[in-house]
Amino acid sequence: MKTVEMPKMGDTMEEGKILRWIKHEGDQVKKGESLAEVETDKVNIEIESFASGVLRKILVPEGKSAPIGAGIALIGAADEALPAELASNGAAGKKSETRVKEGNGTGYATQTVAQQASVQAAPAALGQERIFISPIARRVAEEYQLDYQQIQGTGPNGRIIKMDVEAALAQRQAVAAAPAVPAIPSPVEIPVPGPAPVAVEVGEAVEIPLTAMRRTIARRLGQSWLASPHFYVTSVIDTGKLADLRRQINEYAEKDPVPVKVSFNDLIVKAIALALLRMPQVNVSFAEDKLIQKSRVHIGMAVALEQGLIVPVIHDADKRGVLDIARESHRLAEAARTGKLHPEDLIGGTFTISNLGMFDVDSFTAVINPPESAILAVGSITPTPVVVDGQVVVRDRMKVTLSSDHRAIDGATAARFLQEVKRLLEEPFGLLL
Amino acid sequence: MRTLTYRDALREAIREEMLRDERVFILGEDIAGYGGTYAVSKGLFEEFGEKRVRDTPLAEEVITGAAIGAALGGLRPIIELMTINFSMLASDQIVNQAAKFRYMFGGQPEMPLVIRMPGGGGAQRGAQHSQSLESWYAHIPGLKVVMPATPYDAKGMLKAAVRDPDPVLFIEHELLYNIKGEVPDEDVEYTVPLNRGEVRRQGRHVTIITYSRMLHVTLQAAEDLAKEGIEAEVIDLRSIRPIDIDLLIDSVKKTNRVVIAQEGWKYYGTGQGLAALIYEYAFDYMDAPIQHVTSADVPMPYSKVLERAALPNKNDIVNAAKAIVPAALVRA
Repeated sequence: MKTVEMPKMGDTMEEGKILRWIKHEGDQVKKGESLAEVETDKVNIEIESFASGVLRKILVPEGKSAPIGAGIALIGAADEALPAELASNGAAGKKSETRVKEGNGTGYATQTVAQQASVQAAPAALGQERIFISPIARRVAEEYQLDYQQIQGTGPNGRIIKMDVEAALAQRQAVAAAPAVPAIPSPVEIPVPGPAPVAVEVGEAVEIPLTAMRRTIARRLGQSWLASPHFYVTSVIDTGKLADLRRQINEYAEKDPVPVKVSFNDLIVKAIALALLRMPQVNVSFAEDKLIQKSRVHIGMAVALEQGLIVPVIHDADKRGVLDIARESHRLAEAARTGKLHPEDLIGGTFTISNLGMFDVDSFTAVINPPESAILAVGSITPTPVVVDGQVVVRDRMKVTLSSDHRAIDGATAARFLQEVKRLLEEPFGLLL
Repeated sequence: MRTLTYRDALREAIREEMLRDERVFILGEDIAGYGGTYAVSKGLFEEFGEKRVRDTPLAEEVITGAAIGAALGGLRPIIELMTINFSMLASDQIVNQAAKFRYMFGGQPEMPLVIRMPGGGGAQRGAQHSQSLESWYAHIPGLKVVMPATPYDAKGMLKAAVRDPDPVLFIEHELLYNIKGEVPDEDVEYTVPLNRGEVRRQGRHVTIITYSRMLHVTLQAAEDLAKEGIEAEVIDLRSIRPIDIDLLIDSVKKTNRVVIAQEGWKYYGTGQGLAALIYEYAFDYMDAPIQHVTSADVPMPYSKVLERAALPNKNDIVNAAKAIVPAALVRA
């Protein structure tokens, strides 16, 4: 008899909810066939069987959650006897062909797993089992400091392949920072797939169950707020030349074989990327006993969705031209709205931009999107009376506020970084050179 | 650009090189009055005469040995062996003489020798005349082995081979002579380097490395794969030795998966040689084991049906790619 366990589908996942059993007790199951649909932090995933046989017993009914590694069903021969203790209580399953190791110090070994291991001594040796992982998957996991031992491989022989690591990373990175909105005007119409929570009236209030996305937002931003001491530096940027440049670029870009419209946000992405390249001490993660300085620059852009927010990433933004950034941000925003983001679109961000400019917001502060160390909150561009050469004239101004994690970045560094951003946006030809 | 057959592109290359350099001459069996077994040298005897277009006895060792002597003496011979299968009769000349001279005489002599010969199967020539032996020669330091797949490359690489100071084995394919492709106009002078592969199709899911006739089969397979959402990157190796390893590694870094499609046999063949290099230099980028698409491990059958079954085909390539590209990756 083999135990099907709740797989770990991402670093941030702690439990999964069975939305639907695709196979039912008594059904013949082949290795690789979908058994059930499971709701995790962000996405719904069909879990596949790793064994062939008959689905003998469902341990976790539809609508119920189970922690990672807990048994959710038993597969065996049609006439095989059910283990007595499971037949009787139907609770968490035994460890069988698990790849979950206990005691690896990462905190992933849940209490359930530990309990099971102590109850059942024999399979503990399986903890020594070799994990099959492709070289590139191992490399990516190590690069992002992801504990791949917790990942369920989908390759041949259960091998963990790159895609599995990327999916796990996407889960870890999926949810982001502060309030934010995309650089796209239209309201979000199409929610990402997933059941809408059912609101329940309780007295004079309505209780709305958390979606997986809302839970993840709450947990990660809560952690960020508690763990990293935020401080803020604000700068006012004259956008006159930036607007002129944008107009010229767009006159050119609309005649491009692949026409594209460049937004202010796209130019800000480019400016931030170049500033990070020049000041790598801002492109860092705080890792308790060390700072990790990233050699590549990947800019996340917070995109508001009806049910929460998500931060797709423009990779290597420093190396991309402005038109390329515009195309990529259009693609990502569209994919975010239609729930079609690829796992790789969500991983690797080293800095996030949150832009509420279209909501007539003067300025605001944003919560850092871990493991990043800084985030830029961008307000509206507003005609403002300013003094130039002793005369009051009207100029377009934009307030931006940098939130920094003081564990990693000091005030002067943040100020110099913002100064560089300001310079790049006020003398914007540099964005094209 | 004009459209030429592979055969005509070869003839143009020979003719242009003979016009450019009076030291260039050709010799082989039935290449003069008859115009060559595959009609590559048709008309050259009439244009250049018997001094520079010479028929030989049916004796591959003699043809090759004579050419080696001529090359040492300062001429630039192009010899035609009727098929690579007959080159075994000249293997001592090729491996022990042509490949070794420069090394054994302190780098003093050049060996500007070109050996043209078709290899491969598919035309019902039977077990003795259908072999792909490029890996034998590619094993030997001192030789260059090239296998162009298109008329453009056939012309450009043959001209480069004639100008090269070292022995070049220029391996053609009987089923390529009639294929057509774009070739620059006659007044456009060009050569194609003997050490560079070429990306024939861009893709991100899997790299398919191939060469010679199998390039065309692979490109069809890539079309089929594209219909299922699998974006294959197709690399035409062009040169079997030296190997353009940087090109391969760059592609592997992008796709993390490799299929090698070649007409020769699997064991100790070019595919296994390439696979070993890829594992050596790009191990950390691999997401799946390398797949090999090759001929069946048997002497080539004469029967048309069996020959077709023994040769690698489009579906073999499609299936090899699908075996290592996860469906979920393609959906993503």
